[in-house]
Amino acid sequence: MTEQHAIIRTTNVVKTFQLGRHQLEVLKGISLTIAAGRYISIMGPSGSGKSTLFNMIGGLDKPTSGKVFIDEVDIAQLDAYELAWLRCRKIGYIFQTFNLIPVMTALENVTLPMIFAGTGNDEAVERGMELLRTVGLADRHSHKPSELSGGQQQRVAVARALANSPAIILADEPTGNLDLTTGEEIINLLKQMSTERGVTIISATHDFKMLNVSDEVIWIRDGMVDKIEQREELNISIGTIE
Amino acid sequence: MDRLVELPFGKSVEIAYKSIRARFFRSLITTLSLVLAIAFLCYVQTGNLIAEAVLQHNGEEAYRILERAGYDIEPGATSIGDSAKQRWIIILSLLVCVVGIVNAQLMAVTERFREIGTMKCLGALNRFILRLFVLEASIQGLAGAFAGAMIGAVFALISSTFQFGSTVLASLPYTQVAATIGAATAVGCFLSLAGVTYPAIKAATMEPVEAMRVEE
Repeated sequence: MTEQHAIIRTTNVVKTFQLGRHQLEVLKGISLTIAAGRYISIMGPSGSGKSTLFNMIGGLDKPTSGKVFIDEVDIAQLDAYELAWLRCRKIGYIFQTFNLIPVMTALENVTLPMIFAGTGNDEAVERGMELLRTVGLADRHSHKPSELSGGQQQRVAVARALANSPAIILADEPTGNLDLTTGEEIINLLKQMSTERGVTIISATHDFKMLNVSDEVIWIRDGMVDKIEQREELNISIGTIE
Repeated sequence: MDRLVELPFGKSVEIAYKSIRARFFRSLITTLSLVLAIAFLCYVQTGNLIAEAVLQHNGEEAYRILERAGYDIEPGATSIGDSAKQRWIIILSLLVCVVGIVNAQLMAVTERFREIGTMKCLGALNRFILRLFVLEASIQGLAGAFAGAMIGAVFALISSTFQFGSTVLASLPYTQVAATIGAATAVGCFLSLAGVTYPAIKAATMEPVEAMRVEE
C-alpha cells in the first residue's frame, strides 16, 4: 500500500522566467508521480530545468502554471506559515554546498529544525545526538562546521535533514563538492536511510554513482521529461554507458 | 495537529548572542561607528554639564575661564545650553553613524544570504529572521552605546580636569552626568535599531530558493 501512495505529484508544471524582455520557458509541462519510500534521481545536463523542477518539488518555488502536490496537498494553496511548516516537518534538504550554519556546532545544526518544530531542548539534544551517532559523528558534536571535513559536514547535513523525521529528503547534487569515496559514503548513507526509515529520497545529480542505488531515474532534457527508467532497466543502460 | 513552527524567545537570544560572539570582529566594526558617535554625543553633553558647574561656582571669573576653554558664552548668561552649532554637529554625526550601520548591516546580510536561506529551508518564518537581526542589533546597540557613553563621559571629565583644575570634580552634578550617560545609551540603541531595520527586512523577505542558488 505504501508503495502505491504518491508522495509527490506534479501535473503539467510550466515555469517561465522573465529575462529582460524575453520569456524563458524553463519547464514545459512536467507531469510526474513519485511513490513514497523510493530513491529517485533526477538526471539531466545543466540548463535542462533540473534544478527548477527540484525547487518546485521542494516547495521552494511555485510553478507558473500546473500544480505540485506534496502528500496530496497543492502547495500553491498554502500560506507562508503552512509552507514553513511543510519545509520544517515534511521535507529535509541537503545542499551541494552543505549549508550548515557556520556559527553553530554540529549538534546545534541538527537540533535547529527540531527547535523550530517545537521540540523541547532536552529531547532535541537527545535525538540530535542519536542522529549524529547514526551518521557516525557523535564524537564531533561540539565542532563547528569549519572544523569538519566536507564529507563530515555533509553527514551532519544528512542528520539535520532527518531531524524531524521527514517524509521526503531533497538532495541537490549532494556529492557535487565531495571526492569520489566520500561521495559514495554519502550516497550509501542516503540509501541506508531510505531503506531503514522509508524516507523518500529525491536527488538532483549528474553523478553516475547515484544511479546504482536509485529505484528510479528521471531524465530531464530541455524542460521536459525525457524518459523515466526503473531500476531493472537501469542496469542494462549503465552497461551500455560504461 | 498544530501546524505552526516556532522559535522560543530565549532560544532567539541565544542564537543572536552566539552569532555575535562567533563574528566578534565583524560585530565590533559594525558597532564601532556607533561607539564613536555616542562617545561624541556624551562628551559634548557632559562637557556642557561641567561648564555649567563651573559657571555656577566661579561667579564673574567663570566667563573668562569658559571663554578661554573655547565655550561661546556671552557675559551675563546664567546657563549653558547646547548651542545651535553643537546641535548640528551632533545631529550630523548621528546621521553619519546610522548610514554607517545600515551599510555594515547590509554587508552582513549579504554575507549571510546562504545562512538565512538555509534557515528558511529548515522552516524559519520571516519573523524569526527579523527577530534574530533585531536582537543582534539590540545587543550590539546596548553594548556599543553604553561603552561609547562611558568613554565620552570619562574623556569629558578628564579634559575638564585639565582645563578647569581638579576642583571642578567636587562640584559636579553626578546624577545629571549619569542621566546623560543613560540618555546617550538609549539614543545609541535607537540608532542601532533604526540602522538595522531595512537590512533586517531585506533578510527576512528573502526567498529560501536563494540558498540553493548561491554559487561559490
